[in-house]
Amino acid sequence: MTTATADATALRARQDKGRQAAQNREKWAQARTYISAAVVLVWCLAPAYWMVVTAFREVGFTYDTSILPTHITLDNFATAFDTSFGNRFGQALLNSVFIGGVVTAVSLLIGVFAAYALARLNFKGKFLVLGFILGASMFPGVALITPLFQLFTNIGWMGTYQALIIPNISFVLPLTVYTMTSFFREMPWELEESARVDGCTQGQAFRKVIMPLAAPAIFTTAILAFISSWNEFLIASQLSSDATQPVTVAIANFAGAQPNQIPYTAIMAAGTIVTIPLVILVLVFQRKIVAGLTAGAVK
Amino acid sequence: MATELGPTPVKAPASGGTPVHRGPKGVGEDNRIASQGRWASWLLAPTIIALAVVIVYPIISAIVMSFQKDAGLDAATGLFTAGGPAGISNYVNWLAQQCSAPGGGTVACPPGTLGGQFWSATATTFFFTVVTVTLETVLGFWMAMIMARTFRGRSLVRAAVLVPWAIPTAVTAKLWFFIFAFEGIANKLFNTSILWTGSEWPAKWAVIIADVWKTTPFMALLILAGLQMIPAEVYEAAKVDGASAWQRFRLITLPLVKPALMVAILFRTLDALRMFDLPYILTGGANNTTTLSILVINQIRQGFNAAAALSTITFIIIFLVAFIFVRFLGANVVEQSGATGKGKK
Repeated sequence: MTTATADATALRARQDKGRQAAQNREKWAQARTYISAAVVLVWCLAPAYWMVVTAFREVGFTYDTSILPTHITLDNFATAFDTSFGNRFGQALLNSVFIGGVVTAVSLLIGVFAAYALARLNFKGKFLVLGFILGASMFPGVALITPLFQLFTNIGWMGTYQALIIPNISFVLPLTVYTMTSFFREMPWELEESARVDGCTQGQAFRKVIMPLAAPAIFTTAILAFISSWNEFLIASQLSSDATQPVTVAIANFAGAQPNQIPYTAIMAAGTIVTIPLVILVLVFQRKIVAGLTAGAVK
Repeated sequence: MATELGPTPVKAPASGGTPVHRGPKGVGEDNRIASQGRWASWLLAPTIIALAVVIVYPIISAIVMSFQKDAGLDAATGLFTAGGPAGISNYVNWLAQQCSAPGGGTVACPPGTLGGQFWSATATTFFFTVVTVTLETVLGFWMAMIMARTFRGRSLVRAAVLVPWAIPTAVTAKLWFFIFAFEGIANKLFNTSILWTGSEWPAKWAVIIADVWKTTPFMALLILAGLQMIPAEVYEAAKVDGASAWQRFRLITLPLVKPALMVAILFRTLDALRMFDLPYILTGGANNTTTLSILVINQIRQGFNAAAALSTITFIIIFLVAFIFVRFLGANVVEQSGATGKGKK
């Protein structure tokens, strides 16, 4: 064996060793990723899972701490809708849908024009308007509640639907405008002009080109708007009545048969009912929603 | 506000579009922008008017109210006081914790009255804000780094982080109230017997844990969006140059993700400063978990005007924090949200 070949063999061995180490490192990194991902998954889902498991557990086993579902029953869902202890959960669900629906519709109807202007037109004071709208979305609810409380008391609007809808617009409308603005900014508007060149009228170009492109953006914004209205608690807790209260207030005030006993299983059932539609919506439109959520912050 | 949108011609030429063939060159361009300005004011008018009604009017009304005296029985003295101009007495009530004394003048608010809670509520609010936003930033960054990697099941993780975000805060509060119940799962898992909502520090940590659980995903998604803006080639180049993982994180990831991170931190900070739902439902504000928002709500039924003064103070505090962020920490929200237009990228 010559020294040259010995050197070559040694070199190859070293290279192999290096490659092996790199592969090991790669494997180890991969394993760490999976472990971390599992931790994130458990951290995010475990409490929500606990809510669902408790919702299906018999009242007598409220504090059962076995991780898997035990003593399964549907009674809690019936209790959640039971009105004999003064809870009006069914009504509250309808109220939330109604309030959320009106707030979303109004915000989209008004906001779509503003978003178009902010995304497409050049005008003086654009930064100012955008700053104002962003500032409005960060506005603390308590700063509104005091004057509105007095105003609505004076004009007899306390506990009415409009007393809940109008303040909600104060934070849903800004959210709608800036989410749609960033969606509109990224739309291929050149297509409108191409359609015009190809002989479409302006109306046709709008209907056949712009509308189908804008629809997903508007739909996503609608979901985000609806969720934020659905989740509102502060204003509703002060300005609603028993008849108009939304689900968040109904759940917060959920009463049991005995005043000193909290009906956890029924509350968890109510919470599950309130949450499941949102979670399904969010999971189905995951990509779009994440894009909408982060639209304001990056780009 | 609407006057700012007036059809004033802008000097800088706009890019693209068909020039209006009216008048000599340049004037047509000005006209075009002027007409866009007019268009814009029409399109923006409904939003601006709506926001003026639901936000600007209440702010002004709250400021006016805050200088009025509350009519009715004084909580501290039990004597009837008439309404009328109050000067700055409502602000003195909160900031100096001075309540009106029987027979005129003021005394230090007795413990237990709302007036005596202003500074402790402020301290609690800032404590919650600093602790939750710090934890959420660190955890959110970690989650974002994981979600940015490629692995099987990544979309599952990305979907899972949306679950806490989608659950209404009121439900979250009830859920954690149950988890932290004396016989609940938290005590069982950690083999402790803590009355979580029964004393100061456990109650505070209960609120913090619940808040971190609920809002870290939002933070993680914002940071992830920032991470995804960094081109992979930058990392490749750094690897070739022999940068270690820590160096790549410190010298590439952090600086490049900083704009998105600052905006995420700003959003979360402003949100945490107005924290209400979680402590209100989880602890009822007991054991020193009363935030400024809760104090305002507790005050409303004892007197609108004093509540208006407190809500104005809260608003000013939040405004100042936002100002400091934007001015000194470089959280450029407006620019980040894409107002720069197409020319910039």
